[in-house]
Amino acid sequence: MAQLDTREKLAILADAAKYDASCASSGTAKRNSKDGKGLGSTEGMGICHSYAPDGRCISLLKILLTNSCIFDCHYCINRRSSNVRRARFTVEEVVRLTLAFYKRNYIEGLFLSSGIIASPDYTMEQLVRVARDLRQVHDFRGYIHLKTIPDADPALVEAAGLYADRLSINVELPTDAGLVALAPEKNALRIRGAMTGLKTAIDDNKDARKHYRSAPKFAPAGQSTQMIVGADAATDSAIVATSASLYDRFGLRRVYYSAFSPIPDASAVLPLKSPPLIREHRLYQADWLLRFYGFSVPEVQAATDDGALPLDIDPKTAWALKHRDSFPVDINTAPRERLLRVPGLGVKSVNALVRARRQRRLGLADLARVTRGIDKLRPFVVAADWRPDDRLDLRPKTARPVQGELF
Amino acid sequence: MTVVTLAAPDDFDGFRAAVRGLVGTPPAAVTWQVAGDDAGLFGDAAPAGDAPPLRVPKAFPDLARRVICHRDPERFALLHQALAGLQARPKLLDDAADPLVRRLDMLDKAVRRDVHKMRAYVRFREVPDAEGEHYAAWFEPAHFIVRLNAGFFVRRFASMRFSILTPDLCLHWDGIGAEFTPGASKADAPDGDPLEATWKTYYASIFNPARLKIASMQGHMPKKYWKNLPEAELIPDLIAGAGERTRAMIAAGGADTSAPVAEAPAVAGPKSLAALKAEALGCQRCPLWAPATQTVFGEGPADALVMLVGEQPGDQEDLAGRPFVGPAGQLLDAALAEAGIDRTRAYVTNAVKHFKFEPRGKRRIHAKPELPEIDACRWWLDAERAALKPRIVVALGATAARALTGRAVTIGRERGRAIAQPDGSELWITAHPSFLLRLPDRAAAAAERMRFVADLAAVAARVTAIAQGA
Repeated sequence: MAQLDTREKLAILADAAKYDASCASSGTAKRNSKDGKGLGSTEGMGICHSYAPDGRCISLLKILLTNSCIFDCHYCINRRSSNVRRARFTVEEVVRLTLAFYKRNYIEGLFLSSGIIASPDYTMEQLVRVARDLRQVHDFRGYIHLKTIPDADPALVEAAGLYADRLSINVELPTDAGLVALAPEKNALRIRGAMTGLKTAIDDNKDARKHYRSAPKFAPAGQSTQMIVGADAATDSAIVATSASLYDRFGLRRVYYSAFSPIPDASAVLPLKSPPLIREHRLYQADWLLRFYGFSVPEVQAATDDGALPLDIDPKTAWALKHRDSFPVDINTAPRERLLRVPGLGVKSVNALVRARRQRRLGLADLARVTRGIDKLRPFVVAADWRPDDRLDLRPKTARPVQGELF
Repeated sequence: MTVVTLAAPDDFDGFRAAVRGLVGTPPAAVTWQVAGDDAGLFGDAAPAGDAPPLRVPKAFPDLARRVICHRDPERFALLHQALAGLQARPKLLDDAADPLVRRLDMLDKAVRRDVHKMRAYVRFREVPDAEGEHYAAWFEPAHFIVRLNAGFFVRRFASMRFSILTPDLCLHWDGIGAEFTPGASKADAPDGDPLEATWKTYYASIFNPARLKIASMQGHMPKKYWKNLPEAELIPDLIAGAGERTRAMIAAGGADTSAPVAEAPAVAGPKSLAALKAEALGCQRCPLWAPATQTVFGEGPADALVMLVGEQPGDQEDLAGRPFVGPAGQLLDAALAEAGIDRTRAYVTNAVKHFKFEPRGKRRIHAKPELPEIDACRWWLDAERAALKPRIVVALGATAARALTGRAVTIGRERGRAIAQPDGSELWITAHPSFLLRLPDRAAAAAERMRFVADLAAVAARVTAIAQGA
């Protein structure tokens, strides 16, 4: 077989990496190269340098070191029994590609993952080498996200955290039963053990930096994880509960959802159909309700029908429709928490309302100026010049018609 | 009527100096213009001088610094109005629902977005010059943001020499200081960079055709930016091909390639090679599957006359998933070419289909397969033979010979001649190319290589005879 050149490898190893949803480059320590040494900067807010027609942002060079893998997880394009072409980057190739892309302002940095070859330690060592070369040999100051191999030696993970901004370990599936069925060689206990290890290392480092400002930073952008939605039978209620416990237990920055998408050479165990993109979107909305809107898990679950979030309306509207007695909310007097429950009022709008109403009483026109649209809000709010008719049947107004399935 | 002429469209300092002198003048009585705009307005020039600063809330200077970069000609007047309003109502800015505040917020938002998009969509192209690496980009911002945004690019790329050219203003960084020059045209910027082909490969490969969301892409990356983004020219084709690629994936899926194969197939007659390969990928007939990357099955045309059988995949074959692609494969390719055998016309496989190795540090050292492993894998070799029905089978090395004959074979005694097989085919036995690679003595290696090529040449002669006879 002829040696693959870097471009051919890139085609294979980017293709193999696209099922990882995360491309975030936000929330890390601030760095720059104003001193004229090194290359790159991170300023808090990440930048999406391009968008693919799948609507996903391209912020990082997201690739695998190799797509060969000793595991045989059904949902994964890179599983041992898959027929895809295999390739492997050298450490130097990844370093060169990252720097060349970065200098042209194509990317914020690197997101490196890998199939597991030889042993978890060997694989992790290769990942760490890439990050270390970028930081130490090339003084690279952009963003680095390393996928951590759950079974790797904790010492290697420790080293990874010194070079990477973010580390992540995928829980893969929302329930342990799903993991047993679809990723028989992975072990939920080991995955959670590794996440606990990461949390401890991150917390210890924060503590150390309180006492010694010179202590090196460990994964300043924290850890994240991802789970696949729609490959097993887990309900939305179960998924929301799982992510809430992940946030709590492991101090995660983000839990990503990846709608299971058909892959080339798929295993027969899987539901081969268009990915459940709307479901994925609703789960992200539910995630936001938990993190920014003060919803509890049971409250989000109350928005579901038998465990499934409605697809035709967002979860906040669904919750509101089931709690008509909580509305209308007076925008001039209600506490912030109540305003956050109003469908169509985002965090920014609520903050603007709270500040503005200290100065004067607000009417519908004022509300319209700080929100994206008043029609959706009208039935749920009371304003200086507005009170809704509470006999309104809301659902037909808010729900959009959905095209039926062909049979 | 008072006319104020600012030095540049984003001249914040000029604006601040001017409004300090305009205290008491109603904003409606002031006309703002930028030097160079041929507005041709006549009126009283604003009073020059060092008027004292005005008291404003903390947030206002930053807001004004950004709003002044907007292309809206009313921006100066709106800021002046807000300033007058703030003197009467110091908390005016907190009232986001106020129409004037709302208007300024919208201008601010547009400028922030433009600043962000410039950081995202500037594409440097390398234009090496006498001093080494130099990068240049062409960008068309919606607003007058080059000066506002210069700091970001300097903080990020201070160790590079670069220029960002725009129609309004150009930024040049020489590694020490920033310089601004008047606007340029696209023709002044470089028109390509060899690395863009690689970037486009990445863009096309990271796209998932099964989740097309065009509106979402365009919301974040409006079409007006596309003309200066090298990757954007791929978008129409990626969208057009997405449906077909997804349908193909769904149609091709569903073969349960991962279930272990339990027993011989129930159906009569040989299976196709493709079906065998699919089954073998999940093989767990012996313990070798566990540490190996993947099954390395045979490959070659289904009508091949010759079947070459090696020992087992090595490190590179294990990663690539194809037989004979490592050093031994390269030696084999060369020897076959010398002997006159076209590898692409032969079926190439191994007696054992998984890589057996011992980890030693970072390396995986080849380990010889044992009899139980060879016998377990014979199931696949026999199935391959039954499906292919080759006229000539070549055993490369002792392991292959053991698997093909069922007995221990001394190569030196049996090489170089055809051994008739029960199914009518011929078996030829020769050395394994790895054996040649391991010989430390150069002369011995050269002699062995000649014998190896001679064995293959004899096979080639038989192939020609069979092909002509058939």
